[in-house]
Parts: sequence; C-alpha cells; structure tokens
Amino acid sequence: MGDYIVLTVSCILINNILLAQFLGNCPFLGTSKRMDTAVGMAMAVVFVIVLAGVITWLTEMYLLKPFNIEYLRTLSFILIVASLVQFVEMFLKKSIPALYTGLGIFLPLITTNCAVLGVCLINIKEEYSFIETLVSSFTYSVGYGLALILFAGIRERIILARVLKPLQDTSIGLVTAGMIAICFFAFIGMV
Amino acid sequence: MAQSILKEFTKGLWEQVPPFRLVLGLCPILAVSKNIENAIGMGVACTFVFAFSNLLVSMMRNIIPSKVRIAAYIIIIATFVTVVELVMQAYTYPLFLKLGIFIPLIVVNCIALGRAEAFASKNPPLASVADGLGMGIGYTISLIVLGALRESLGNGTLMGHQVFGPDFLPFKFMLEAPGAFVCLGLVLCIMNLFGKK
Repeated sequence: MGDYIVLTVSCILINNILLAQFLGNCPFLGTSKRMDTAVGMAMAVVFVIVLAGVITWLTEMYLLKPFNIEYLRTLSFILIVASLVQFVEMFLKKSIPALYTGLGIFLPLITTNCAVLGVCLINIKEEYSFIETLVSSFTYSVGYGLALILFAGIRERIILARVLKPLQDTSIGLVTAGMIAICFFAFIGMV
Repeated sequence: MAQSILKEFTKGLWEQVPPFRLVLGLCPILAVSKNIENAIGMGVACTFVFAFSNLLVSMMRNIIPSKVRIAAYIIIIATFVTVVELVMQAYTYPLFLKLGIFIPLIVVNCIALGRAEAFASKNPPLASVADGLGMGIGYTISLIVLGALRESLGNGTLMGHQVFGPDFLPFKFMLEAPGAFVCLGLVLCIMNLFGKK
C-alpha cells in the first residue's frame, strides 16, 4: 500500500507530466486561456489517459510480447489512442450526452496530446504491473489536470495586467508556466 | 518551378519557423534542449520524419479517401518514426537512451501531422519534400539555438567545451525544467521584438 502512495505523490507532484516531463504542452497553452475550457480539457484527459493506459498495457503484455513484435509498439499504440478517442466520442454522444457536451470539442484534440502516448510509453518503460499502471495513469492525468487548472487561474488574471507587447500571449504564458514549475520543483525532496 | 520549391524550403527557416512562429511541437523543444548534442540528434530525427512522411503523403494524396485521411497520415508518420527509432537504436545508442521516449513521441508532434494535412495533401511530391525539409531544418535550428542558450548559461559549456573561462558560476536554473519554460518564453519574446514581418 505504501508503494502506491509514493507512486501517487511522485506522479502528481514530483514527476508532474506537464511541468517536469514536458508532455502535452500544445493543448496546455491552447486551452488554458479560460477556466471552463481548462476544466473540460482536464476531465477529458483523465478519462482518456486511464483508458488508454490500461488498454495499451494489455496490448503490450498479451499481444506484442508473446509474438516478439515490440518494434511495432509506436505504431500500435498511436492507432489504439486514435481509435479509442473516436470510440469514446461516439459512445459518449450516444449514452451520456451531458458529458459529451462538456468534453465534446476537446476529445478530438486529445489524439495529438503527447501526454496520452507519453504515459502509455512510460508505463511500459518502467515495467509497471497492472495495478501500478492503473494508479500511475490516473495520477499522471490528475497531475496534468491540476497543473492545467492552476495555470488557467493565473492566466485569467494576467489578461487584466498590462504586459509588454512582445511578451504578450504565449510568451508570458511560458514564463508563467516556468514559475509554476518552480513551485512543483520544490516537491522533489519529498520522496 | 525551381524558384517555388526554393520558396517552400526557405519559408520554414524564418517566416514560419515552427516552434516560434506557429507555436507547434513545443514538448520536444523544451525537453531535449538541455544541450546542443541532444538538440542536433532530435532535430535530425525530426527532419527525416517530416521530409519522408510529406513525400509519401503527397504521393498518395489522390488514393487516400478524405474520410480516413488523418488515420492514414498517422500511420505513415508512425512508420517513419519506427524507422528512425530502430536506426538510432542500432547506430547511436547513447543518444537513443538520452532522448528516451521523445523519439516515439515524434508521432504526435503536431508539426508532422500539421504539414501533412496543410501542405503535402495538396501539393506535388517535390514541393512537399522541400516543405518538410525546410520545416525540419527550421525546427533543428530552433532546437540548437535554445540548446546553446541553456547549455552555455546553465553549464558554462558549448558542445562540452568551456566558453566563459574557469571563473564562470553556472546558472543551474537553466538546465532544470522551470528554466526551459522561462528560456523559451524569453526567446519567443525576442522573436516577437524583431520582425513581426
């Protein structure tokens, strides 16, 4: 049990997927201008990463490993992620329309979110067991959501501030992200 | 003809240099720009993938049905990424270990898919290769610029050689994750300062 707590803390705070491992930055800067889009994106990311993490782990263990075709990992994982996103989109549209209207426009964006493929690859690289995969997928994505929502909150305030012209928009966004990364950096001593 | 191909090639170098002008493909830019060596390795790998995936997409642009085109592009890109991955594993193993999961992640680099969709699917093969090469080299140059900045300030070296003399106190912040964000933000600011056209 202790191991899982350590894993949780390390995935959310110390190895934060966004601020320490630099994955998923394009949607991070794109959807963080307003709080409601940030929350929608964060929820969609948690949903898809957990599903994708589990399915790619099963694929690796029961399909790629037994047949010795690990070199097809990149190809098969990206196909799984892409088709999973499509499938989730159709499923939500049909059965949970309320959730679909909330997540709708963010789902297609997730295919090219490198955090999804990144978490799947990290799970395989670290040789996690099934439960560990489940925990790490969930906590990594929660960490992503946390950073995204924090960042959106700060960015909403920056709009009100007077920023130098060349620094505006993405530029000040990146500097702010750096400041948040410093805060997360302080957690390194914890484990 | 030759002139237009040259134009496609050069636009990636300054006018539309991917990470700074289009703000695409930021993740590898932040992660592998710790030193110049990593930056060059990543840049070459990306250039290869961009050029060849553009070539293949452009050659098959009339065969691929438009409904499944994105899936087809992803498969084409993933194929070339796998090629790069295996070649690097075989010939430049230390670099392969250093770049880690960022090599397979070229698949989801927005530039590759973006150029396939925006350019290669509408243009003949030769122009598409020029476009892919230009974008790739522009990307490599931006990686090197950022890598040089971070390596020289954070470690006091360039390609492993001392540049500031023995008294220089390294600014370690630049090598860490927060430094990458701040550094890229400031470079973007400088790019905006010079030549908004």
